[in-house]
Amino acid sequence: MRFTFKTSYDQDIALAKHGGHRFWYGALLLALLAAPWWLGNYGLAQLSFMLIYSIVGLGLMLLAGYTGLFSIGHAAFLGAGAYVEAKLAAAGVPFPVSVSCAALLSAAVGVVVGLPALRVKGIYLGIATLAFGLIVEEVFARWEGVTGGNAGLSVAGLQIFGWRADSAASFYFVCLACTVLATLGVLNLLRAPVGRAFVAIRDSEISAQSMGIRLAYYKTLAFAVSAALAGIGGALYAHQIRFISPDQFGIVQSIDLLLMVVIGGLGSIHGVFLGAIFLIAMPQAIAAVKDLLPAAIGQAPGLQAFVYGAVLVAFVLFEPYGLYGRWVKVRTWLQMFPFYRRGMFARQKSFQKSERVR
Amino acid sequence: MEVLQTFVSGIAQGCIYGLIALGFVLIYKATETVSFAQGELMMLGGFAGLALTTVLGLPFWAALPIVVVAMAGFGIGLERVALRPVLGQPTFAVVMLTIGISYMARGAITMVPSIGTDTHRLAVPYKDEVLRLGGMVLAVEQLAVIVATALLCGLLYLLFSRSRIGIAMQASSQNQLAAYYMGIPVQRLNGLVWGLAAAVAAVAGLLLAPITFVHANMGFIGLKAFPAAVVGGFGSLPGAIVGGLLVGLVEAFAGFYLPEGLKDIAAYVVVLVMLVIKPNGLFGEKTLKKV
Repeated sequence: MRFTFKTSYDQDIALAKHGGHRFWYGALLLALLAAPWWLGNYGLAQLSFMLIYSIVGLGLMLLAGYTGLFSIGHAAFLGAGAYVEAKLAAAGVPFPVSVSCAALLSAAVGVVVGLPALRVKGIYLGIATLAFGLIVEEVFARWEGVTGGNAGLSVAGLQIFGWRADSAASFYFVCLACTVLATLGVLNLLRAPVGRAFVAIRDSEISAQSMGIRLAYYKTLAFAVSAALAGIGGALYAHQIRFISPDQFGIVQSIDLLLMVVIGGLGSIHGVFLGAIFLIAMPQAIAAVKDLLPAAIGQAPGLQAFVYGAVLVAFVLFEPYGLYGRWVKVRTWLQMFPFYRRGMFARQKSFQKSERVR
Repeated sequence: MEVLQTFVSGIAQGCIYGLIALGFVLIYKATETVSFAQGELMMLGGFAGLALTTVLGLPFWAALPIVVVAMAGFGIGLERVALRPVLGQPTFAVVMLTIGISYMARGAITMVPSIGTDTHRLAVPYKDEVLRLGGMVLAVEQLAVIVATALLCGLLYLLFSRSRIGIAMQASSQNQLAAYYMGIPVQRLNGLVWGLAAAVAAVAGLLLAPITFVHANMGFIGLKAFPAAVVGGFGSLPGAIVGGLLVGLVEAFAGFYLPEGLKDIAAYVVVLVMLVIKPNGLFGEKTLKKV
């Protein structure tokens, strides 16, 4: 384990804890910038998808992983962003303006959802967001004048003040820029007082409240920021897919997003990206393995759902910290080699804590 | 007369929601978590019934108890294998786990050859029979749902108020630690609760099968049972049935009087309104939480 001795408070909240961070993230950024030169169009499209999903994932991670508010209707925000972008892009509005509108509208929707969330928590919140997501999906399907209904809506290409991002590479650079900005924004938010308030609310609402944190304000804010990020992701998603229809923003998409942050590792920014890679790579991996399996299993339509479910169950049972947690364990094992103990990351179990009153 | 007709079909549909919601409530009371796989347990019950009646050629009345017992066993096994290891972890772990299980169940069913994504008919002896009651035409399938739900509620009431197991379940749902100290095997009871929930879901599946079809996605009806459980109050067994009936009626009347499309979301509008007005539901209980 690498120990950094801190001599000032600034070191506590620094973005890069030591030179190693700077080196490796710089190298990663360079590799990503150079991607168009070593990846084909298909690879670039997949990479763009991954970046788009990580933007949405950053929002959901902020909400679920850092504020402890679970949303089972997050695809609704994604959809709101996508439809706003589709409409504005068709009207010829440049991307920076339209994406801001998409983010703002999604944030407004997020506040509307956040308000009832003030009164409910835990599983009730999950059901409230689920209900909201299903209602919004139905609205997308029925409001034909605006959304084109179930027939869908095709999306114009991305253009920024006359510059058209038509090729896979130029669109990829737009996605990369948005992702880097969103990541830096979320990281900075998390080390600011707002982010600490979110974490305090996650760990214990009552303790947070007694420390003077305004629960109502911060919970609504968490919903708004999370929805805004989902809206930005949705805007890019619309351009990437070029065709949007209500069934892309249904409950299955919401659960996919949730699956992404859980498998990536709740409560870590790294987890968002690992989860997004997983979400994009999984169908490819399944498709690759399909031909090796006996035809009866390999060609069955349910194979993908089954594998998704099995992976999710395995993660909850064996690796509740997700992919990032596994990486941390491996790294710790390597660094502490002879002194690693099995119980180092054990979770404490507790009996049912709440006391019901008749 | 049409109003009465809508009323009866709403009640019948509501009974199905109520039965699935009963599963949620049973599990919530025992372990303070929610199973998102309840609809899929219902779907598995429907398919088990289908397999017994078509492949083995058993009559419906013989298949019914076998399916219920088998699904109860399945529920107990599920608790033992998948859910006991996450006992005591945050609610969310269990939610994700049951979502994973429901994906697996859906995927596994479609992987079975000759079932796939097709829809199937479950042959029941009372199929297509109608009862005429003073100008009103009642499908026997719907009556069967209502009668069976009433019977099941009576049985559950007797179980919880008269039997030792039921009283032990009540005790452990009120305070697990105290119940454990009193010599109640809390873990084994949790297994039984999951078995009970799966059995109730299987009954719901067998009752629903003649009305709709049996297919791999029929478990999505479980999503409609969440509103039922929330409206009734998540910790209350009678509340689940009342909530189910309410959601069923709202849906039936919304389909009858309101423009198309509102029928499908009426239940969710009801749940959002309920959460804003009375977050604990009609029969809900207050909770305190220690820091």
